[in-house]
Amino acid sequence: MLAYLIRRLFAAAVMLAVIIMVVFCIFFLVPKWAGVDVATSFVGKQADPAAVEAVRQKLGLGDPIYQQVWAFFKGIFAGRTYAGGGDVTHCAAPCFGYSFRSEQAVWPVLTDRFPVTLGLALGAAVLWLVFGVAAGVLSALKRGSLWDRGAMVVALAGVSLPIYFTGLLSLAVFAFGLKWIDAQYVPLDESFTGWFGGMILPWITLAFLYAAMYARITRANMLEILGEDYIRTARAKGLGEPVVIGKHAMRSTMTPILTMLGMDLGALIGGAILTETTFSLPGLGQAVLNGIKNQDLPIILGVTLITSLAVLIANLVVDVLYAVIDPRVRLS
Amino acid sequence: MTAPLHEPTAEAAPSAAEEAAVATAGEKAVQGRSLGRIAWERLKRDKLALTGGVVVLVLIVIALLAPVLTNLVGQDPDAYHENLIDPLFGTPTGSLGGVSGDHLLGVEPVNGRDIFARILYGAQISLLVGFLSAVVAVIFGTVLGILAGFFGGWVDSLISRVMDGLLAFPQLLFIIALVSVMPNEMLGLTGSSVRVFVMILVIGFFGWPYIGRVVRGQTLSMREREYVEAARSLGAGRLYILFKELLPNLVAPIIVYTTMMIPTNILTEAALSFLGVGVKPPTASWGQMLSNAIDYYDSDPMYMVVPGVAIFITVLAFNLFGDGVRDALDPKGSR
Repeated sequence: MLAYLIRRLFAAAVMLAVIIMVVFCIFFLVPKWAGVDVATSFVGKQADPAAVEAVRQKLGLGDPIYQQVWAFFKGIFAGRTYAGGGDVTHCAAPCFGYSFRSEQAVWPVLTDRFPVTLGLALGAAVLWLVFGVAAGVLSALKRGSLWDRGAMVVALAGVSLPIYFTGLLSLAVFAFGLKWIDAQYVPLDESFTGWFGGMILPWITLAFLYAAMYARITRANMLEILGEDYIRTARAKGLGEPVVIGKHAMRSTMTPILTMLGMDLGALIGGAILTETTFSLPGLGQAVLNGIKNQDLPIILGVTLITSLAVLIANLVVDVLYAVIDPRVRLS
Repeated sequence: MTAPLHEPTAEAAPSAAEEAAVATAGEKAVQGRSLGRIAWERLKRDKLALTGGVVVLVLIVIALLAPVLTNLVGQDPDAYHENLIDPLFGTPTGSLGGVSGDHLLGVEPVNGRDIFARILYGAQISLLVGFLSAVVAVIFGTVLGILAGFFGGWVDSLISRVMDGLLAFPQLLFIIALVSVMPNEMLGLTGSSVRVFVMILVIGFFGWPYIGRVVRGQTLSMREREYVEAARSLGAGRLYILFKELLPNLVAPIIVYTTMMIPTNILTEAALSFLGVGVKPPTASWGQMLSNAIDYYDSDPMYMVVPGVAIFITVLAFNLFGDGVRDALDPKGSR
């Protein structure tokens, strides 16, 4: 078990390094091919050459790319000192650099925005797991019934609706039309009810989309597993239906669902870009979108790192949970 | 199941004499049926899937004929109609976002462009990106999946690791990043066509592992089947086995995954345009219309509803059709 964990952690670390390098390449090499200078785009269009050169010196933009990647990694663990152009700035660890645009340090931006996204992702995940899996299991058990058909029609509609459309629609109806909800984001430490009220529409819209996907997949899995021999055996030896379904069938049904949950939750924690844009939530997704539009590399790197970390950790947790849920899986 | 997609030659119409014999015997002749034929007959009975397929066809025709259709109603997607806009609020005058005999789906706020015409032109972008990115994904996925499954060894390890890596990537983030750093002019293309080209490539690139994984798995399991072994023992070369024995058997799963991938790609294109990294204005796109509609969701809800419903109908039709194709081609299907 320990050896397995260490191997997985090592693979995760390699993956992280690869992702960081890919991001560096996207934002340094592609502009280079396109003939755009990063230092110039940092200073502005009408910059004098001396200022551009100073920025290039200070941020190390003239260095070879591997040196820049190395400096970035070192900054995270040991802090980083920017010198050149006459002034010296020290950035304490964990240093993710300074935003090219606002000149704020990136780390506080990340820690400010992380709770918003985490709250959104976790709240929605609880909703969609409960409703999606329940709807899928019920549909499979009552295959062909009115409930099954109704649920699957709703689920099909759910996966066909873009989240920014359902989000806008829910805003128009519940926040503007019926005035049930004040759709304004309020930080959790200011007011719990305000936070809850502001998050409820994003939670429901996000959960609706994922619940639809999970219901369809749960139903398909469950139907396949109900046809397996070991379910027949369980019934034949006289187990009650609740035990057959709850203990035997559910376990195998949940394994692929868990894989999906790991990936989806990881990706969402790293920024639910569409949901956050639709509802103007100040989360990581909004930060990275702004970063991309402004070519603000440090912000993009920071969020990407957190996203990838979240995806990797979520996958790791899921793999370990496999062994708990599915007795057929043995970690070796 | 040896090469089931070949049309069996024995399927030729039975001769009149045979038919008469069968008729006198009072039995129905047992006909050999190809997988394609079985699938088509199953699909024909699936009303929902057929409806989806018909809607898809209609959408394709609409997209192809967009210039003709807009001319027919006398509209231009880029013409401003500021006389139809309330100067105080910037929203269209008249009910339902300015719906009238001239403007079938109303006009946009502020500049008064005809929404019907823009929806038709938007269909071009959605379908073009949806289809072609799926084609890119299928080409990459099939070639690399077969390479991995057929050759095994380090080729397989390398390709499989890359696929795992791509699937674990935060995809939307990278798609946005890649699309946004691409230059505005390349390969002789300018403006929106660059963006369309880049979107097709990038969405297709992130889509190939889904197909590659399936193709690799199928190739792996089929490589060891008896009919491949039989071909090999008869002296068939690798290329012959690849193209004559394996590829025909891969057609069914590839078709299924392609039809399921197109709606996802259409949603991704709409999302990119919604986030402002898709096609550039004034080119019409559904995602971009929705993104503009954010500011008017309270004062002019029609502006948001029309492109939203357009995306919904398109994606739903593809999903219905895709589900039907999957059920029809699935040998385990019970229907």
